[in-house]
Amino acid sequence: MEAILASAIGVLTAAGVYLLLRLRTFPVILGLAFLSYAVNVFIFASGRLAIDQSPILSRYGEASYTDPLPQALVLTAIVISFGMTAVLVMIGLAAYFEAESDRVDIDATDDRADGEGK
Amino acid sequence: MHWIILPVVMPALFAPIIGFVMRHDISMARIASVTGTVLLLGVAVGLAMMAAGGETFVYRLGDWPAPFGIVLVLDRLSALMVLLTATLALIVLIHAIATGWDARGKHFHTLFQFQLMGICGAFLTGDVFNLFVFFEVLLIASYGLMIHAGGRDRVRAGLQYVVMNLAGSTLFLFALGTLYASTGTLNIADMARVIATIPAEEAALVRVAAILLMIVFAVKAALFPVQFWLPATYANASAPVAALFAIMTKVGAYAILRVHTISFGPGIAPTEDLAATWLFPAAIVTIAVGAFGVLGARRLMPLIAFSVLGSMGTLMAAVAAFSPDATMAALYYLVHSTFAAACLFLVADLVVSRRGGDGLRPVLATAQNGLFAALFFGAAVGMAGMPPLSGFLGKLLILDALREPGIMAWAWSAILIGSLLTIVGFARAGSILFWSSTAIEAPLVAKPETRKAGAWELAPAMVAIGMLGLLAVFALPVSGYLEDTAQQIFDRAGYMAAVLGTGTGG
Repeated sequence: MEAILASAIGVLTAAGVYLLLRLRTFPVILGLAFLSYAVNVFIFASGRLAIDQSPILSRYGEASYTDPLPQALVLTAIVISFGMTAVLVMIGLAAYFEAESDRVDIDATDDRADGEGK
Repeated sequence: MHWIILPVVMPALFAPIIGFVMRHDISMARIASVTGTVLLLGVAVGLAMMAAGGETFVYRLGDWPAPFGIVLVLDRLSALMVLLTATLALIVLIHAIATGWDARGKHFHTLFQFQLMGICGAFLTGDVFNLFVFFEVLLIASYGLMIHAGGRDRVRAGLQYVVMNLAGSTLFLFALGTLYASTGTLNIADMARVIATIPAEEAALVRVAAILLMIVFAVKAALFPVQFWLPATYANASAPVAALFAIMTKVGAYAILRVHTISFGPGIAPTEDLAATWLFPAAIVTIAVGAFGVLGARRLMPLIAFSVLGSMGTLMAAVAAFSPDATMAALYYLVHSTFAAACLFLVADLVVSRRGGDGLRPVLATAQNGLFAALFFGAAVGMAGMPPLSGFLGKLLILDALREPGIMAWAWSAILIGSLLTIVGFARAGSILFWSSTAIEAPLVAKPETRKAGAWELAPAMVAIGMLGLLAVFALPVSGYLEDTAQQIFDRAGYMAAVLGTGTGG
């Protein structure tokens, strides 16, 4: 279980970083999505892995439970990263339509000495 | 005792009202936005007076005691930062309204209020996960503000800025996950308690988390090697937004100061050596990058952006010492550099909008050339750190505080040479912009006279310079307050007692 989870986080992160470095809007968005999946799983695991247990204290007896806080944290993180991805898609589209290029980096000609076209 | 949460709740109420009710009526939106910011300034002054006594106030949300519930913490440092934010916001807002920037795109005022909410929240929270949430609030508002008014270069620079910060946020979450896994808490005061008990040989994870957090905050504070987003962002954002962003880099500096002093700071054995070791060299390189950038810039906005970068390096060099003396100097310089950077961007906006482009080349002198030259001169003197404005005193305090043998040579030479290069860069820019322009003969067919700047357009920039002057004139009382502030920051026991113990709750 630990091995599967750890390697899943690793693979997702690696894929995310690779795609992030592609410097074109679509792969970058996908890369950030992968990274956020990886971090969500990572946070989920940060409260230790407890299988088949509820995240609430039982009022009856000594039943063990899984840490509820990472679940609350990961919920917040999912909402935020989902919203951010949507914003990124919109800004990426705007940049694509304005510049007719989907490159994320700014090429050298943009640093024009005359400062025109701002 | 509910005053503490007002800097968060008030902008959060104003923003949607402006966004939903007043989205078609710019004058209503302006009135509401100014009202909100003035109220925020009033609350900030009240909080600063409340905190001046030296007590640490704790506001428990839902009255859950820390570390189980979320707390807001108000001490001198938080109060100072909120007051600084509110003052800067009012100056910038009036500039944006007077110059009409706010009407060149949609939802400027909504985003502005959300931005204030995020910044104030980040300064007040006592919990690192909440800090993450407020970072996201201020970031998502800043994405909107960054691309406000649109345009090809601005949107492309904005895309870079968003990608950079989303990667930073992901790293923040990794750091939080690691921290929670190793300490079981995310409350700043409680983390200090837990980390101090971790034996040195088991502290590897905590050390990793501390460094990850520092990288995240360094992205916000634009420290080398994660500084490269700043010049493109500040240079391409609309000028009032760039002026407001002067406080955003300080959020990063504040976070390092707070978390790496209380939770990982001096006296916490497993992590106390980390921040200073890495922060100081990074700060020195940042000063160098800023100074060379100022010299090499071929446009006015990037030039100012690089000077902001240099000032962040100077600030962080003082923070990296993690001693009360150096922290006092850092705080003085922090307040100064915020107003200096804002002032430069506001003046530059007045100049650039009349010249048609911010390239450093002589064009026909605009109306009020002398006045703009004087304003630019004043702002540049402040930023470069020459007397009589507060930049000189700030740098003097920092140099005086960094006297340890190992770091003195590096710090002094970097700050002094950096200042010299900055002065040369600004002098060059100023001469080209204002003096060479007067040497150009007017064409025979007279061009229409450029529009003169009205009183309201000039006032914010002048107030910002005035702040630098006031900061220099009242240096003694201000530094006295900041000395108390620095003492309080390093009083970990007091902070922990207030947050975890029987602090005055709300």
